[in-house]
Amino acid sequence: MIQAKGIHKSFGDNHVLKGVDVDFHQGETNLIIGRSGSGKTVFLKTILGLHQPDKGEIIYDGEVLGEMTKQRFKKLRQEIGMVFQGGALFDSMTVAQNIRFPLEMFSTMTEHEMDQRVKFVMDRVRLEGADAKFPSEISGGMQKRVSIARAISMSPKYLFCDEPNSGLDPETAIVIDQLIHEITHEFGMTTIVNTHDMNSVLEIGDHVIFMKEGHKVWEGNSSEVLKSTNADVEEYVFKSKLFKQVRQALR
Amino acid sequence: MITNFFEGIGAYGVLMTKVFRRPDRWNLFYRSTIKEIQLLGIDSIGIVVILSVFMGAIVTIQTAFQLSDDPLIPTYYIAMATRESITLEFSPTVVSLILAGKVGSNIASSLGTMRVSEQIDALEVMGVNSASYLILPKIVAQLFFNPILILMSMFLGLWGGAMAGDLLGLIAFQESISGYQLEFIVFENIIYGLIKSVVYAFVIGSVSAYCGYTVKGGAVEVGVASTNAVVRSCLTIILSNYVLTDLLLN
Repeated sequence: MIQAKGIHKSFGDNHVLKGVDVDFHQGETNLIIGRSGSGKTVFLKTILGLHQPDKGEIIYDGEVLGEMTKQRFKKLRQEIGMVFQGGALFDSMTVAQNIRFPLEMFSTMTEHEMDQRVKFVMDRVRLEGADAKFPSEISGGMQKRVSIARAISMSPKYLFCDEPNSGLDPETAIVIDQLIHEITHEFGMTTIVNTHDMNSVLEIGDHVIFMKEGHKVWEGNSSEVLKSTNADVEEYVFKSKLFKQVRQALR
Repeated sequence: MITNFFEGIGAYGVLMTKVFRRPDRWNLFYRSTIKEIQLLGIDSIGIVVILSVFMGAIVTIQTAFQLSDDPLIPTYYIAMATRESITLEFSPTVVSLILAGKVGSNIASSLGTMRVSEQIDALEVMGVNSASYLILPKIVAQLFFNPILILMSMFLGLWGGAMAGDLLGLIAFQESISGYQLEFIVFENIIYGLIKSVVYAFVIGSVSAYCGYTVKGGAVEVGVASTNAVVRSCLTIILSNYVLTDLLLN
């Protein structure tokens, strides 16, 4: 479980986060949604420890992030898997080498054990036969799957995804969403996904947080989001024609 | 502008303190260093060979032209003067300036691309000291291989000078070899150049890495960083040449 308590963060005069309180539960896919500039990315980076909060605390399973020793913080990093918006795959390495990298860097596994683990996660994200290819030789959807495979190779306790299905066609986007949802439940991870995509919200949103201008203005789950009476949520969710029709149908 | 300069010096210092840390895994460090030696060192042999042979030839022709007016100066002085020019300045400094262009832009653009495509962020999130993991092998590879390239350049420059002198009838090949050996001092003619080459290797590796690692933005900024890496490395080499020449010769 990850808890954010009263998080404030400013960059100069720009007050980006204005006291955000959220609990992200284990075994759930937690989605942070909101418009561009609402503070989602800064919030995600603050939870990750890439930004220091000006006020407030981030707590990982009872341990306050800001009070951890350097060694503990480094260990925590190894318990975190991250799927970047653009994949962030190492382009000089093959798919298998990308997935193997965290294992080589941090695990005490033998060569054989590492090979077995790489094969297991590749099979899990359905990447069979792509091990010798370079990131530039595979599609965007496959790159995202490699990124997920690399993120889970060390069996992390926490998984962070920054707009994991941006730039993907709707069909592939759903496959990636479902994959994140499945592995979250399968491995009991605390997963936090930063997204703009309403399809993702409805598809995998066990816990949805809506942010606006640095505040958390609403939270609920995927079924509640369509019934929300919060004006900001309604405006965000029912912006497109498709969702306007969905609302009419619901009413 | 002056504030930016001092901020840059400070940021460079901070980055270097992150770079010179114990690697997380020695086997990965050795592997990366070997790869960098291939990329930054061995792949530069071609340009160093061509540059050095022609540089030696040109210095010999120029020196012969300058000394040919006075019949009292023995012709082996052409070789001696060529040797001094090649070993003291041309090989260590000019070759390093050329390498600053080739290797420096390579280092800055590769690190800059990794920065803008979030690959460096990915390393940081994993808990890897990205500065040490990415930059240290490049600096070590430069420190190891640059002196080898400079030694090779000295030898090829002298050989090119002797060949050109002989082919153009300015000085016989054997006479050049004798001239090269005359009053040859190991420290002044070899160690001096190698000390410079080690300093320049560090400058090329670290300054270029700083320019690439600190890129913010996209493809255009990577291009700007690559240009900055070459310009700043060259300026730093020239400035350090001035200081080293004064320190080593006085």
